[in-house]
Amino acid sequence: MAKHPVSLTVNGDEHDLLIEPRKTLLAVLRDTIGLTGTKEGCSTGDCGACTVIVDGKAVTSCMVLGVTASGKEITTIEGLASDGELHPIQQAFIDTGGYQCGFCTPGFIMASKALVDENLDRTEEEFRHALGGNICRCTGYTKILEAVLQAVEEIRATS
Amino acid sequence: MKNFEYFEPTTLAEASLLFTQEHAQLLAGGTDLVIGMKAYTETPQSVISLQNIPGLTGITADTDNGITIGAMTKVREVELSEDILKHHTALAEGASEIGSIQIRNLATIGGNIAHASPAADTVAGLLVADAQVDIASADGERTVSINELFTGPGQTVLKPGEIITQFRLPSPASGSHYIKHKIREVMDLAFIGVASAVNLQNSVIKEARIGLAAVAPTPIRATEAENLLKGKISTPELLQQAGEAAAAGTSPISDLRCSAEHRREMVDVLTRRTLQIAIDRA
Repeated sequence: MAKHPVSLTVNGDEHDLLIEPRKTLLAVLRDTIGLTGTKEGCSTGDCGACTVIVDGKAVTSCMVLGVTASGKEITTIEGLASDGELHPIQQAFIDTGGYQCGFCTPGFIMASKALVDENLDRTEEEFRHALGGNICRCTGYTKILEAVLQAVEEIRATS
Repeated sequence: MKNFEYFEPTTLAEASLLFTQEHAQLLAGGTDLVIGMKAYTETPQSVISLQNIPGLTGITADTDNGITIGAMTKVREVELSEDILKHHTALAEGASEIGSIQIRNLATIGGNIAHASPAADTVAGLLVADAQVDIASADGERTVSINELFTGPGQTVLKPGEIITQFRLPSPASGSHYIKHKIREVMDLAFIGVASAVNLQNSVIKEARIGLAAVAPTPIRATEAENLLKGKISTPELLQQAGEAAAAGTSPISDLRCSAEHRREMVDVLTRRTLQIAIDRA
């Protein structure tokens, strides 16, 4: 089957690739480009570990064919820190202990990033509901919620 | 995932021609198809993406025709649309019940409907909006009422090459509400879904529409219950009669989610509940 030319902008870098249509965006990011920060959990869209931001929207990259992302702008967990400084959400996950094994963390952080970019004025309950597409088997979610709320405060204070 | 030929047509005619070929599948948001392909329950030889065909996305509202939703409009956009929240609240609420935000950012309303799951979360809201489904193919265009679109689980009246282009919602409701009966807060499929929509005049129910999902081989309207309500003033007894009539009109199955008996009982309960909230909102 023919490979397709695909141009992706990932974390600001342009990638011109030839990929098989059956490759998911997740596989393209991890295997073709080598950005392994994005994780593959359930591979059926249920766990959110593969969450990346495409054109400003959080999506489960395991459900996206890489060919359909051509021309789009993608942000992964590797693209959040700038000039050696962690993004406030990343820092907050460290400060609060919002992770244990860390496998779900990139997905949680990317989902949270899209939420706070969209609207900072969410209640804890609203964040809890909005993060329902991400599953963590370690933390019990309490510390994750704390991290997100701390990051919101931090972003609000500095913006 | 099996390999396949991938096409990105830029016109409906081109897409329709490709779609008439055997073992061809349309790709909208991909949240059903890609998962199916990974599980080898879907093994298309060609996949036709609709994302580059102009005119299939967006929500427009005008006074003559009501609201029109392009088939490729993301479910998340339907959920957040002020026009839909105002005039078709049940549909916005149904959209908000699908999967997670990440999935709703991918999934399209056209895909949710064309997939023809009896449990689709946007279907009850479209039923009570009396949605008209515009369909295009290389041979021309036609319109089918959402009521007549489905023929069975996963089955529609769509012929090979036919593509849903948009949903027209000509009949706003002054009050409507959708309840999804489920276990998990998010990422769950509906045990059943119930939407009610009403228009009132001086407290009299001028019109009531009730849409039921996952209680029959196709999504259905509870027409007997609707007729009971018409021209009457809401009372607890009336709503109880409507709930019972709605439940009597269902033919649910027992499956791993719940029993047919539970489904029927919950149609009664949730019809009353959604009607009361729709009336309160009207």
